[in-house]
Amino acid sequence: MIKPVSISIQNTQDGFAIVEAILADNPEATSNPLPAMTKVDCPGRLVIRADSVSERLGREWDPQEIHLSVISLSGSVDEDDGSLIIFWR
Amino acid sequence: MTPRKMSLKQKYGAYTRGLDWKPTYQREDDVFPFAKYEGIKIHDWDAWEDPFKLTMDAYWKFQAEKERKLYAVIDSMAQNNGQLGITDARYLNAVKLFIQGVTPLEYQAHRHFAHLARHLPGAGLRVAAQMQSIDELRHCQTQIHTISHYNKYFDGIHDFTHMHDRLWYLSVPKSFFDDATSAGPFEFLTSISFAFEYVLTNLLFVPFMSGAAYNGDMATVTFGFSAQSDESRHMTLGLEAVRFLLEQDEANVPIVQGWIDKWFWRGYRLLSLVGMMMDYMLPKKVMSWGEAWETYYEQAGGALFADLARYGIREPKYADVAKAEKGHMTHQAWGIFYNYTHAAAMHTWDIDEAHMAWLREKYPDTFAQHYEPRYRKWREQAEEGKRFYNNGLPQLCQVCQIPMAFTEVGDPNTISFRVSEHGGDRFHTCSDGCKDIFDHEPEKYAQAWLPVHQIFQGACGGATLPEVLDWYHINQGADNMDYAGSPEEEQWNRWMEGRRPVVPVAAE
Ligand SMILES: [Fe+2]
Ligand SMILES: [Fe+2]
Ligand SMILES: [Zn+2]
Repeated sequence: MIKPVSISIQNTQDGFAIVEAILADNPEATSNPLPAMTKVDCPGRLVIRADSVSERLGREWDPQEIHLSVISLSGSVDEDDGSLIIFWR
Repeated sequence: MTPRKMSLKQKYGAYTRGLDWKPTYQREDDVFPFAKYEGIKIHDWDAWEDPFKLTMDAYWKFQAEKERKLYAVIDSMAQNNGQLGITDARYLNAVKLFIQGVTPLEYQAHRHFAHLARHLPGAGLRVAAQMQSIDELRHCQTQIHTISHYNKYFDGIHDFTHMHDRLWYLSVPKSFFDDATSAGPFEFLTSISFAFEYVLTNLLFVPFMSGAAYNGDMATVTFGFSAQSDESRHMTLGLEAVRFLLEQDEANVPIVQGWIDKWFWRGYRLLSLVGMMMDYMLPKKVMSWGEAWETYYEQAGGALFADLARYGIREPKYADVAKAEKGHMTHQAWGIFYNYTHAAAMHTWDIDEAHMAWLREKYPDTFAQHYEPRYRKWREQAEEGKRFYNNGLPQLCQVCQIPMAFTEVGDPNTISFRVSEHGGDRFHTCSDGCKDIFDHEPEKYAQAWLPVHQIFQGACGGATLPEVLDWYHINQGADNMDYAGSPEEEQWNRWMEGRRPVVPVAAE
């Protein structure tokens, strides 16, 4: 079984762009809307690419800005200058 | 030479380990006196690396931004009569339970993470604990600021810290946290950061905040999400801290497993209050406790424990009991509150037909058979003017402190209780999970401050109920009893009356 990872994001302008970017960059990701938030699930591994989010927001988005939009996650995290990855080891 | 911009990883290293030093004129063991007594062995503190490479400068920047967003909403609530936007005044009882039961825990977390920020020998973990300590203080403060708006109009909120220290149902969350803060630093990390924040917190905050959003409580959603954004960092800390302990020495594995078993069960029992809130206190419901348990524990937890299996960690003991009980727990918890509404600083109510239909649908195997007849009987009694109040004091579990009303697994007609002997006394617990915890450290739990025992010992203001309620600071006739007939109901109806259209709308 491939273990699922997930991230829940606030339904805000930034949040919508992050969810859109995740869905575009992770073909296996699915989104589940809940009141005020969206939970994105993906088998095994999920990447949030800064350039993808920036493109959708029309401004430079720093992966550390994830701290302003994230509600919860399931999995381990690795963060660098261009992306944030959620994965199981 | 022009200075080059550091990468995130270099910057993180410089701002954590780069600031650390080795003591020279004091022994390491004297500087960190709590680091070893639990038996945890750490060989290389430098192996710790925070997955979110957040440094203090960036931390202040993002936290300030979160506060700006939150306070804009708080101001807007105050300026626009935000209290009128909620679906129904009964909803507010969930907020009461939150500020009475959870907000004081945020403060406790603040204090104890400050302790860890001083006493953990690794610099990376100390910095993470320092940030978390500040986060938790922020959570406490922003919750108080936000909910103070409701305190102007609603009962039961006015003296929450006093109530937290005294009320029978609030001793459940209070004793949970006291248990954690009186443990060693690694048990605390495993209990709060891992078992509670990583494994179980989604069950507290996510349904709570979604419920608030769905019920028009903009303010609670905003502080909740603001706190949750820190929580993701706390959860990650919990997971990585446990992984770090497991990787450092094989001898740590059984110790950590014991803590996981204990704190899973402690956390699960604590969540019975949250499950009850989800199934009974939200006028518009988001998901049932049973569904939330499946999504956030069975699925997410399943992946987690499959991942930790490589270290020899298994699923928490008694997770199967939690699974088997999920169709019963919340109904039994609501029953306790209905029985003792005269002694609680929140309201209960009759379960109406639409609500019963929802419960039948969500709990097809249990509700109609075991709980619906009970509610119908209670309604009948109330209609005859004989609303049932339990005037006896319940026995409490020595560990989780919940009134002994949960039933045996597979036998919902028999109350579950266990007995242990220690020092010539008998101690009662509600389940195998709580009994194991008691038997492992009887010297600790024998000292529990149990609200019912304290009343019988004369330590709670007097021998009569009104005296005890005064000692609780319950404003009798307003804070307690059913919603029907309360000053809050009268106020809400008056508000809603004023909001109906003045000119009758012509029928189509
Ligand atoms: Fe918190
Ligand atoms: Fe936290
Ligand atoms: Zn118990």
